[in-house]
Amino acid sequence: MHKTLGHCIGRLTRVLCLSFTLSFLSTSHAVEAAKPAQRIVSLLPSLTETVCALGACNRLVGIDRYSNWPESISQLPRMGGGIDPNIESIVALKPDLVLMAGSARGVDRLRSLGLTVLTLEPKNYADVQNAFKVIAKAIGVPSKDSDREWRNLNAQVSEISTSMPQYAKAQRVYFEVSSVPFGASESSFIGETLQRLGAKNILPSALGLFPQVSPEFVVRIQPDIIMVGEGNLADMQARPGWANLRAMRTGRVCTFTSKESDVLMRPGPRIVEAARLMSQCLVEKSAAQAKPNS
Amino acid sequence: MSSDKNNQWLFALTMLLLVVIGIGIGVSVGSSGIESLQNVWRDDVAWQIIWQIRLPRTLGAFAAGALLGLAGALAQGLFRNPLADPYLLGSASGATLGVALALAFYGGNQFAPDVFVRVGLTGVAFVGALLAVVLTLLLAKGVQHTMRLLLAGVIVGVVMGAMASFISLIRPDVLQNMQGFLLGSTAFIGWSACVVMVCVLMPCLCLAWFFGSAMDALSLGESTALSLGVPLRVMRIVLVLLVALTTGTAVAQTGLIAFVGLAAPHLVRSMMSVKNGSVAMLSALMGGLLLLAADISARSVMAPQELPVGVLTAVLGGGYLLWLMYRSQNQGGYR
Repeated sequence: MHKTLGHCIGRLTRVLCLSFTLSFLSTSHAVEAAKPAQRIVSLLPSLTETVCALGACNRLVGIDRYSNWPESISQLPRMGGGIDPNIESIVALKPDLVLMAGSARGVDRLRSLGLTVLTLEPKNYADVQNAFKVIAKAIGVPSKDSDREWRNLNAQVSEISTSMPQYAKAQRVYFEVSSVPFGASESSFIGETLQRLGAKNILPSALGLFPQVSPEFVVRIQPDIIMVGEGNLADMQARPGWANLRAMRTGRVCTFTSKESDVLMRPGPRIVEAARLMSQCLVEKSAAQAKPNS
Repeated sequence: MSSDKNNQWLFALTMLLLVVIGIGIGVSVGSSGIESLQNVWRDDVAWQIIWQIRLPRTLGAFAAGALLGLAGALAQGLFRNPLADPYLLGSASGATLGVALALAFYGGNQFAPDVFVRVGLTGVAFVGALLAVVLTLLLAKGVQHTMRLLLAGVIVGVVMGAMASFISLIRPDVLQNMQGFLLGSTAFIGWSACVVMVCVLMPCLCLAWFFGSAMDALSLGESTALSLGVPLRVMRIVLVLLVALTTGTAVAQTGLIAFVGLAAPHLVRSMMSVKNGSVAMLSALMGGLLLLAADISARSVMAPQELPVGVLTAVLGGGYLLWLMYRSQNQGGYR
């Protein structure tokens, strides 16, 4: 009895001390985990996909509500999203690595609770490559393997690009990310893929990654091809002047299902699939453009 | 008189008892269920969940609710207006703008546990809230006209809200933080946030109690209050500062949580007729109890998922406000 009581009091003191030290000192945590992570929580779909691409899918114990690829993770418990990560559920899973976006809520809260949190928010190819490297290190995948995986993905994108016919190149493209409308500029990973496929993005990188576009701007530029999620098409046609856009009138608009949009929007291992989708669109729509004139 | 006093004490004690029960429930409910409480002595993680997550957030929810309840009671007493509320006076939007500005310049995360960051954010939220209330008062040319005051509050709220949106638009890295902020939540309250809120709450309660009788005199009209020797100017300045400080502190820790400040004093008044000083104390208790209850429901309604508590209070509080309007219409209505 005495022993239990003593144990409890000792524990209470320890935890109270710990809690106050943690609360009052700004603690910086070493990012490198000493040994490879075995229980991973990922709170960003692109990071979930990267973990799986590195062959550690079975080490995931929890994911955010938006992660949906690959199929095998569908049964994993959901920990909320970037705005509302469920702190208690995450801690209860006893993860030795939490992957999340730096802008997500609760990063510091999770760190102050003693968890190892890696913040990664890939926005371009270099970031994706870096995410591969950092995650590989944290989960104990040799860097030569992760490098090879990355080179492999890169080579496939290049292959897709070189296999495209010449008439499908140099198309001026508007890629809409959301119906606000936000578009993907040259400097976003979507823009980078487009660039590698030989397309010209109508949104220059100076505007930022995903700039808000004024409807008038697009009408003035008259893009050759528009890429948009199928849910946003109706909204797009309703914008003043847009129904008469040349690309709209001549049917050079590619719509993507929500599954395809997931592929396109996530800067992770599925950039190859994304490049394939975009290249299909470019080839198909440029052919439609080339034919009537010939 | 003495039975009134006894009633008050009984009421306060009942609420305190409810708060204690609420804290008990708050510690036992959560995504990982009651098991965490059962295993608290055996399992390190369960121990951490209880001491580091559930307890601070439960106490924090109570403290934030108490701050908002107190702010509401003071605003209603000061403006002699039953609809005065930190939200309707624009001060919450002002606090939001302050936090947005701080985030844009500082670039940090508003849920950082560092106590200095907490105090700094509380400071900017306070300044923002104060600015908004002063602006509202200037626009309304005083507190005499209910309609003008509320309209001015709405206008200030909308303009400041728009400015905060603009900041998050030009600084996309702040966008998600701000979104989270608008979706008020008690889920991220740690011990440091708790300490800040309690440190602000205690002196504010004392000051409110001190100015209680002055507010009573004011409720009889300005000239009566003046003839009773109430230093109106000083009182107004102190109370406006208190409203801004309490709102700012709560908003900086939890984000926007609507209607607790409005509902708490109304509930107190509908249950008993007491003087302003007691209304302030009891409203703080009531506000704490309301947000504590809301926090517990937010955790358990969709468990193991969680609902942001701000959504819950907005829906429930909005309903309450509608009911209040409907009832007052039947009784002749607010002018």
